[in-house]
Amino acid sequence: MGAGRLYAAVAAGGFRRYATYRAATAAGVFTNTVFGLILVSTYRALWDERPHLGGYDEAQAVTYVWLGQAFLSTLAIGGGGVEDELMERIRTGDVAIDLYRPADLQLWWLAADLGRACFQLLGRGLVPFVFGALCFPVYLPADAGRWAAFLGAVVLAMLVGFGIRYLVALSAFWLLDGTGVVQMAWLLGFFCSGMLLPLNVFPGALGEVVRVLPWSSLLQAPTDILLGQADPLPTCLFQAAWAVALLGAGRLLQSAATRRVVVQGG
Amino acid sequence: MGDVAAGDGFIVLEQVGKVFEVRRRTGFLRRERREVRAVDSISFRVARGEMVGYIGPNGAGKSTTIKMLTGILTPSAGRLRVAGIDPARERGRLAHRIGVVFGQRTTLWWDLPLIDSYRLAHRMYRIPDARYRANLDRLVELLELGALLDVPVRQLSLGQRMRGDIAAALLHDPDVVYLDEPTIGLDVVSKAKVREFLREVNTERGTTVLLTTHDLQDIEQLCSRVMVIDHGRLVYDGPLAGLHEAAEGERTLVVDLERELPPVEVPSARVVRVEGPRQWLAFPAGQSAAPLVAHLAARYPLVDLSVREPDIEAVIARMYAEKAVS
Repeated sequence: MGAGRLYAAVAAGGFRRYATYRAATAAGVFTNTVFGLILVSTYRALWDERPHLGGYDEAQAVTYVWLGQAFLSTLAIGGGGVEDELMERIRTGDVAIDLYRPADLQLWWLAADLGRACFQLLGRGLVPFVFGALCFPVYLPADAGRWAAFLGAVVLAMLVGFGIRYLVALSAFWLLDGTGVVQMAWLLGFFCSGMLLPLNVFPGALGEVVRVLPWSSLLQAPTDILLGQADPLPTCLFQAAWAVALLGAGRLLQSAATRRVVVQGG
Repeated sequence: MGDVAAGDGFIVLEQVGKVFEVRRRTGFLRRERREVRAVDSISFRVARGEMVGYIGPNGAGKSTTIKMLTGILTPSAGRLRVAGIDPARERGRLAHRIGVVFGQRTTLWWDLPLIDSYRLAHRMYRIPDARYRANLDRLVELLELGALLDVPVRQLSLGQRMRGDIAAALLHDPDVVYLDEPTIGLDVVSKAKVREFLREVNTERGTTVLLTTHDLQDIEQLCSRVMVIDHGRLVYDGPLAGLHEAAEGERTLVVDLERELPPVEVPSARVVRVEGPRQWLAFPAGQSAAPLVAHLAARYPLVDLSVREPDIEAVIARMYAEKAVS
């Protein structure tokens, strides 16, 4: 119970830290809205040409766009999660402070990232989504159960997203400068999460592959639950399996990293 | 005061060493491996309630020692205990009993008000509510933090932040505090405040303090005992007053031989280090190097040599210069 309160405090801190930067949040909201507008016009043109592409009708495709904009910063698909700070701390040796604390490194950063994600969802995600829902024909289910399943899938997506980014961040223990890895992860994440185009649209073997990769848990899985394109239970199980696998891998890598740790500087 | 009887040690180091392996690129795909002995067979004991200065030039191995004492680094050799705990193996358990201030880093939450970092410490160290409130009130009063609690840490001045960090390290009533350069970059007034506070904590709570610093005034005003580390070795351990004599105790003769040889044998000097054809010999500072060199030149294929004065001499000289002024 004591540990729970600690990580709750860390998560609350993560939330409040991001809440401090109001101008950055406002700028983010604006950016997400503009990107949403650009993508929506592209998608509408595409779906006019090819109706029911990927199994979506046009309203569903538009909904997909605005959910993507809501999730972009929430799930830090294009970067910007706690991994930036963690990598910097590893590079400068500040991670030494995190290591002598009576707290688990992974749970600490997971809590901080969940706090951040919750703020980003409310602060940066909600406004573009509501804007999109008001200004465009969107598909929103009336079924409360489906919304509940959707929210559950969003939480699982947060876990998977952190799981991927934590692995990326830990690479800094070996590489010291992880800029290259971050950029690769960013590119892969953008492409494989369906941020550019829904994964349902990806053709043939490529589609088969991207749909089972962990990134499909981020945007595609919760969105398909909301749009009624996927069965909630197996989808959430798929996400949970990736979350467990990635967080487990993170633990292994973390113990390898702390065992060989040579804290830089100082 | 330093009652350092055997077995009485609260902090115990026995022949502790730490070797880092440094890989360096020497050419395309070629890498050179080199071992760096950051800490070389250090032994000391610190009794409960002692306040000890731990000094030495940059890169001497001070921070490496502190990191081993917190459990962040695992010693390559030797035995190390803090409050009966092996730090590297039981880092979590030890964490509740130690407080650490790294002067050049902060444990505080950068973007959030100071008080948030303390609330976090409350949860992290599971401090009982009443004790947390009492400790916080006292620390806020002693370190004059009252007006700063609601200020985001990033807006604090260096001195304010340092006081904030020291409070964070002491909230959970640690038995021992490691302070790594706690006065670095502070102005005279802030330094005096920090020192006064540390003295109070040490006398009132009996907190054991290990203080690393470049500022010899810190040592003069706070510590009855000082340890000097240089090139990873403990070169002095005793009262501050005796430091001067000890510092000039040994000089080093560095000899380059034609080829790699086993340690040379010379009367009244001992080989302290061998690296390829280069060897380091320590000999009493009072003694002339000339007979030593003659002896070596007659028996070994000598290429080059140089005599090095003790590296901490600069430190000692500065200390004496300050004393002469005051």
